Amino acid sequence: MGMAIKDFLLLLVLFFSFTNPSFSLYEDQVGLTDWHQQYIGKVKQAVFHTQKTGRKRVVVSTEENVIASLDLRRGEIFWRHVFGSDDAIDGIDIALGKYVITLSSEGSVLRAWNLPDGQMVWESFLQGTKPSKSLLSVPTNLKVDKDNAIFVHGKGSLHAVSSIDGVILWKKDFAAKSVEVQQIIHPLGSDVIYAVGSDSSSQFGAYQINVKNGELLKHNAASFPGGFSRELLLISGDMLVALDAATGSSLVTINFQDEEISFQQTDISNLVGDFSGTAVLLPSKLPGMFSMKVDALVIFIRVTDEGNLEVVGKISDPAVVSDALLISEGQQAFALLEHGDGKIHLKVKPVNDWSSDLLKESIVMDRQRGIVHRIFINNYIRTDRSHGFRALIVMEDHSLLLLQQGEIVWSREDGLASIVDATTSELPVEKVGVSVAKVEENLFEWLKGHMLKLKGTLMLASPEDVAAIQGMRLKSSQKSKMTRDHNGFRKLLIVLTRAGKVFALHTGDGRVVWSLLLPLLRNSGPCENPTGLNTYQWRVPHHHAMDENPSFVIVGRCGQSSNAPGTLSFVDSYTGKEIKSLGLTHSVVQVIPLQITDSTDQRLHLVIDADQHAYLYPRTSDAISLLQREFSNIYWYSVDTDNGIIKGHALKSKCIQKDDEYCFSSRDIWSIVFPADSEKIIAAVRRKLNEVVHTQAKVTADQDVMYKHISKNLLFVATVAPKASGEIGTATPEESWLAVYLIDTITGRILHRMTHHGSQGPVRAVFSENWVVYHYFNLRAHRYEMSVIEIYDQSRADNKDVLKLVLGKHNLTSPISSYSRPEVVTKSQYYFFTHSVKAIAVTSTAKGITSKQLLIGTIGDQVLALDKRYLDPRRTVNPSPAEREEGIIPLTDSLPIIPQSYVTHALRVEGLRGIVTIPSKLESTALVFVYGVDLFYTQIAPSKTYDSLTDDFSYALLLITIVALIVAIFVTWVLSEKKELQDKWR
Amino acid sequence: MSFSHLRLLVLCLSLLAASCSIAFQSDELLIDDEEFGLEGGVQSKSPDLSLTRSQPSATTTTRKRFSDPDSDSKIQFSLEHAFGDSNFSPAGTFTARLKTWNHGGQTLTKLRFSRNAFTAEEERNFELLLQSDDFYRIRLPSNVLSPPGRDFVISSVKARCLARESLDEHFVIHTDGVNILAVNYGAPGSCPYPRQMKLPAKWSFNSYTILKNSEQAPRAPVFTEDILSGEVGEGEVVQPPERSFWAKYWMYLIPLGLIVMNAITQAMNMPEEQAGGQSAGQTQQPAAALQRGPTSAVRRR
Repeated sequence: MGMAIKDFLLLLVLFFSFTNPSFSLYEDQVGLTDWHQQYIGKVKQAVFHTQKTGRKRVVVSTEENVIASLDLRRGEIFWRHVFGSDDAIDGIDIALGKYVITLSSEGSVLRAWNLPDGQMVWESFLQGTKPSKSLLSVPTNLKVDKDNAIFVHGKGSLHAVSSIDGVILWKKDFAAKSVEVQQIIHPLGSDVIYAVGSDSSSQFGAYQINVKNGELLKHNAASFPGGFSRELLLISGDMLVALDAATGSSLVTINFQDEEISFQQTDISNLVGDFSGTAVLLPSKLPGMFSMKVDALVIFIRVTDEGNLEVVGKISDPAVVSDALLISEGQQAFALLEHGDGKIHLKVKPVNDWSSDLLKESIVMDRQRGIVHRIFINNYIRTDRSHGFRALIVMEDHSLLLLQQGEIVWSREDGLASIVDATTSELPVEKVGVSVAKVEENLFEWLKGHMLKLKGTLMLASPEDVAAIQGMRLKSSQKSKMTRDHNGFRKLLIVLTRAGKVFALHTGDGRVVWSLLLPLLRNSGPCENPTGLNTYQWRVPHHHAMDENPSFVIVGRCGQSSNAPGTLSFVDSYTGKEIKSLGLTHSVVQVIPLQITDSTDQRLHLVIDADQHAYLYPRTSDAISLLQREFSNIYWYSVDTDNGIIKGHALKSKCIQKDDEYCFSSRDIWSIVFPADSEKIIAAVRRKLNEVVHTQAKVTADQDVMYKHISKNLLFVATVAPKASGEIGTATPEESWLAVYLIDTITGRILHRMTHHGSQGPVRAVFSENWVVYHYFNLRAHRYEMSVIEIYDQSRADNKDVLKLVLGKHNLTSPISSYSRPEVVTKSQYYFFTHSVKAIAVTSTAKGITSKQLLIGTIGDQVLALDKRYLDPRRTVNPSPAEREEGIIPLTDSLPIIPQSYVTHALRVEGLRGIVTIPSKLESTALVFVYGVDLFYTQIAPSKTYDSLTDDFSYALLLITIVALIVAIFVTWVLSEKKELQDKWR
Repeated sequence: MSFSHLRLLVLCLSLLAASCSIAFQSDELLIDDEEFGLEGGVQSKSPDLSLTRSQPSATTTTRKRFSDPDSDSKIQFSLEHAFGDSNFSPAGTFTARLKTWNHGGQTLTKLRFSRNAFTAEEERNFELLLQSDDFYRIRLPSNVLSPPGRDFVISSVKARCLARESLDEHFVIHTDGVNILAVNYGAPGSCPYPRQMKLPAKWSFNSYTILKNSEQAPRAPVFTEDILSGEVGEGEVVQPPERSFWAKYWMYLIPLGLIVMNAITQAMNMPEEQAGGQSAGQTQQPAAALQRGPTSAVRRR
C-alpha cells in the first residue's frame, strides 16, 4: 500500500515536472533573442531645472501620460512614471527646487515626485464638482525653508496646497459662480492671487483672493459686448489679450487690476492689413508681447502700458515660439524656430528688442521628421561666460531632439510609444557569392568563438573569457543581418504610429531600419487631423513576381469621424519608399484582405465604406475578373456597438449610382438585434485570418475522435447589461450579467449562447482554432474569471466507423457549407484568474503543430505565457490515467501563475496595448512583439525547441568528442591486437 | 388539416391523462403543449422533430404550473419574406403565448407557426431564385409586443438549400423575454457547396421551429479541500491495475532471463572449454547474440 502511494507520488511529480515546461531563461540568456526599448511619447511640456545636479536633466510630460526625467547630455531616461490611460497630465512644474509637481486627471490629482530619483513624495486628491480648465501655478521664488503654497485650479475650485507635504491649505469654490476661471495669476511676492475668467456670454470676472487663507477680497465683473473667445493670454500682471468671439477679427486687451475692468478693442486688419481666414493666438508666454498666427504668418505684437498694440515682427509659418526664459536680472529671451529648404533656423531673441539676436543657428533636418511642433529652451553659461542656449524640440513625428551649438545632440524616436498597428515583412534573400577573405576571417572568428565556448562549457574560462563569451552572444552579428535567415527569425516589423509615421524595426536588435512620414497622414499634409488605421501586406512575392520587393498598404482616413474619406499609401518594405498613394473619395470602415492574389502577387483588398459599398483594390481589370469568380462567396459582417446590431453583408452587383467599375453594392443578408435595455456589445473577436490549423481531428485518450468545428467565419461577441457596462463596482451582481455568443458570420446563426449572471466586463478575448478564451469579472466571487469555449462538429462524428471508411461511406471529403444546419456541441469551463488583463493573444506557429500558449498582458505590464492545456474544458477533478497520459491536468478552481513563465522576465512593457505573434519558419518557435509605451520582442517556444539546437550549442565540443572517441577506438584496437598476439604466442 | 390537428390533440390528451394531475389548467396545455407547430401543405412528421424537441425551453412550461393563467396572453407576429432583393411581403404568422412571471419577467412559449402557401407569382419568383442561386430572405420583428421593435431581424438562405421534395425550412428563434435577438433560418439538413439546381416536386413548406433562450453558465467550480481528498481517494482507485505481472515487468524480465540463460550456458560450457572444445558456443540462439561480445572477451582472456 505504502509502496503504491509512493509510486503514485513519484508519478505525480514526474507528471507535473512534465506538464509545467519551464519557459524561463537563465540570467545570461537575457538579451540573446529579446530586446526591450523604452519610450515616453510626444512631449507636451518640459521643465528644465537649473540648480546643481539638476542642470543635467529635463523633466517632461507627454501625451502618453508619462512623466520622465531625461539626461540632457545623452537623452536617456533617468526615471519615468506611466500614469493610467485615464489619468492625463495637465501640468508639471518644479517646486522647492527638489520636487516635480504633476497635476493630472482634469485637475483632481496632484502629486509630488522627488527630482533626483523619481520617488513619490506626496499625493493629494482635490475634490471638485464640475469639469473645468485645470491650471497649475507654482511660485518661482521658492526659498527652500519657506512653505510656499501651490495653487491649483481644477473641477471648478481653487486649491492652495502646501508644497512640502501636499496638505490642502484652503479651498475656494467657483463652481456656483457663472464665471469659468481661465487663468490664475500670482504676482511675485504678492499676498493676492487673481483668478480671472469669462462665462459663456460676454461676462468677464476677476477675483482677488488672499493667498494666506483663501478669503475673497474683491470681485470685479464687467461685460464686453459681443464676448470673446475662450483663450485668455496673459501679457503682464494686469493685462490679458483675447480674440473677440463674434467675428474673430479683432483683439481685445483686458486690464483688470485697476478699480474696474477696462476693455480695449483693436482690429487685426489695422495691425497687419487685410487678411483672410482666422487668426489664432499662440499660447507662448512672453512678457509684454504675444504672438498670433494669421494667413501663414506668425506675427509678434507688443502691448504698451497704455494697452496699445504694435507689430514688432513677422515670420512665415510653420514656425514655433517658446516661452520666455529669464537669462539674467531683468532680461528675458525667447526662441523662435522657422523652416526653410530642408533646414530649421533657430533664433533666440531678447523679449524687449526684436531686432537683435542672441543666437542664430541653422540645422539640417531630416525630412522624415516633418515640421517642428513644440520648442522649449534652456540657457547655460558658456566657457567664455557668455549665455548659451539649448533647445528641446518636438517634431511632427513625435520625436524629441536636443539642439545645442548648431547640432543635434541627441534624438529620441518617441513616436514609437504610440503604435497603432503592426505587421511584418520578410527580409531580402541573401546574395550568393561571398568573398574568400571574409570566409577566412569568419572561420577564424568562428573557431575562436567556439574555443571560448568550449572553455566555458568545461569550466576552464577565466572571468574575462566569460565576459567575452557573453558579449559575443549578445552582439552576434548573425542576428542583426539584413538578410533572410534559415529559421525565419530575422524579419522586419512594420509599425504604424499615431503621428502617421511608419517604422521598420529589425527583429534581431530592434533598430530602426528605415522610417517614413507618410505625406497623406501627416498633420501638415493635405488633410486635417488624419488618422492611421491599419497596415496590410499588399504584396508578398511568392510565385509570379519574385524579383519585386514586398510591399504593404497603410489605410488611413482624413479626419476623425468614420465617414471621412480614406487614404491608401503603398510602401516598399525593403527601401521604405512610398510607391504610390491614393486619396480616396469614399470612407473606410473595414478592409477585407481577400484570399486572392493577382498575376503580380498583389493581394486583392475590398474596402468597405460607411454605406456598405465595397471598393476593390488594386484597380485593375485583372483584379475584377479574379473577383468575379468568387463574387458570390464574399461575405462580411459589421458590428454596430452603439445600436447593438450585428449585420451580415454579401456582394450584390456593381454600384448603380456611381460611375466606378470597381465599386460594388452590397445587401444585408442577416441581422442580430440585441435588446437595447438588456444587452450592450462590449467585445467582438474573430480568428486571425492567417492562422494555420494542423488537424481537425482531436484524438482523446479512449481512442475516440472529436472533430473540431474549424471555421474562419466565427465571431465571438460578448454583451453586458447596460447598467453594468461601467466600471467594476458600479453595478450590483443582481443587475449585471454577461452574455456570450458564437456567431457564424455567413448565415448569422447563433451557434452558442450563454449568460453569466453576476458578471461584467471588461471582456478580453482571443479566438483560435475551435476555441475562444475570454476574461471578465465575476461580481459574486469578487474575482476575475477566465472561461474557455470549445466547439466541436458532430456531423463528422460518425466517421469513426472503419467499415464506413473502407466502403467510402464517409463525409470527410465533402465540402463544409455554412448553409448546412450545424450539428455542433460546445464544451466550456470556468476558472478564476488573479490578474486583470490588458490584452490576450495566442502563439501562432508555421504549421500549427506546436501546442499553444496564451500570452496574457497583465495589469503589471508584463506578458504571462499560460499553457492552453490549463484552459481545457475536459479537465476533471480526477482524470483517469488514460486522460493523464493525454496531458489533461486535474481540475483546479483557479489558473496557476508560474513566475518563470513570464515572457517578459524582469522587464515591463509600460502602457501595454497589444501583443502580436508571428510564426517563424521553425515550427517550434514563435516571435512575439509586445507594444505599448515600451516595445518588447522575444522568441518563444511553447513546447521547447524540439526541432533545432540552441544557439549556444558547442559544435567544437561535439567535434572534439567525436575525434577523441575515434582516437580511443584506434588506440584500444591496436592495444587489443597486440595483447591478442601476445596471448597467442604464450 | 383538421384531421391532423385532431390527431395531435388526442395524442396530447392521452399524454396528459397519464401524467398531469392538476386539473384546472390542463385544457391550456392541451392545444399548445407542442413547442413547434408544423403546418402548411403537408404535415409529415419528420425525424428531425423529435430530435429538436429536447432543446426548447421546456422549463417554462413545467416550472410554473400554478402561475396565474390570466398572466398569459396570446400574441401574434408575422413572418415576412423577400425574393432576392425584392421588398418584404407577409409569408406567415407565428403565434406564441406570452408568460408573465411573478418577478415581472416575460417569456415567450408555445410557439406555433402557420405559413401561407406560395401564390403563383411567388412560385415564379422562387424559381428565378433557384435558377440564379440567389437568397431567399425572411424577417421577424425584433420585439413581439411593439413590432417591429428597433429593427427587423433578418435571415437569409440560398434558395437552393430549401428545395427538396417539397420546401423544407427550419427556424431557430433566439429570444430574450419579448425581444427576438435573431432568427436562424435554413434547411433542416445539410446543403453542400456546389448547390444543385432542383425544382421542388411540391410547392409546400415543411416548417420546423424552435424557440431558444439563453443558457445559464454553470458556476465556476469552487473547491479547495476537495482536491486533496479527491487525489487521496484516487490513489486507491488507481492502485488495482488490471495489467498482469508479466505486462508490467516484461522489460526487466527478458534481459534477466537472457542473463540467466547465458549464465547457464556458460556454466555448461565451462567443463567443455577445459577440454579445449570451443564449438559449443556457436550453437547459441540468435537472441543471445548480444551477449556474445563480452563472453568472447571473457574467453580470450
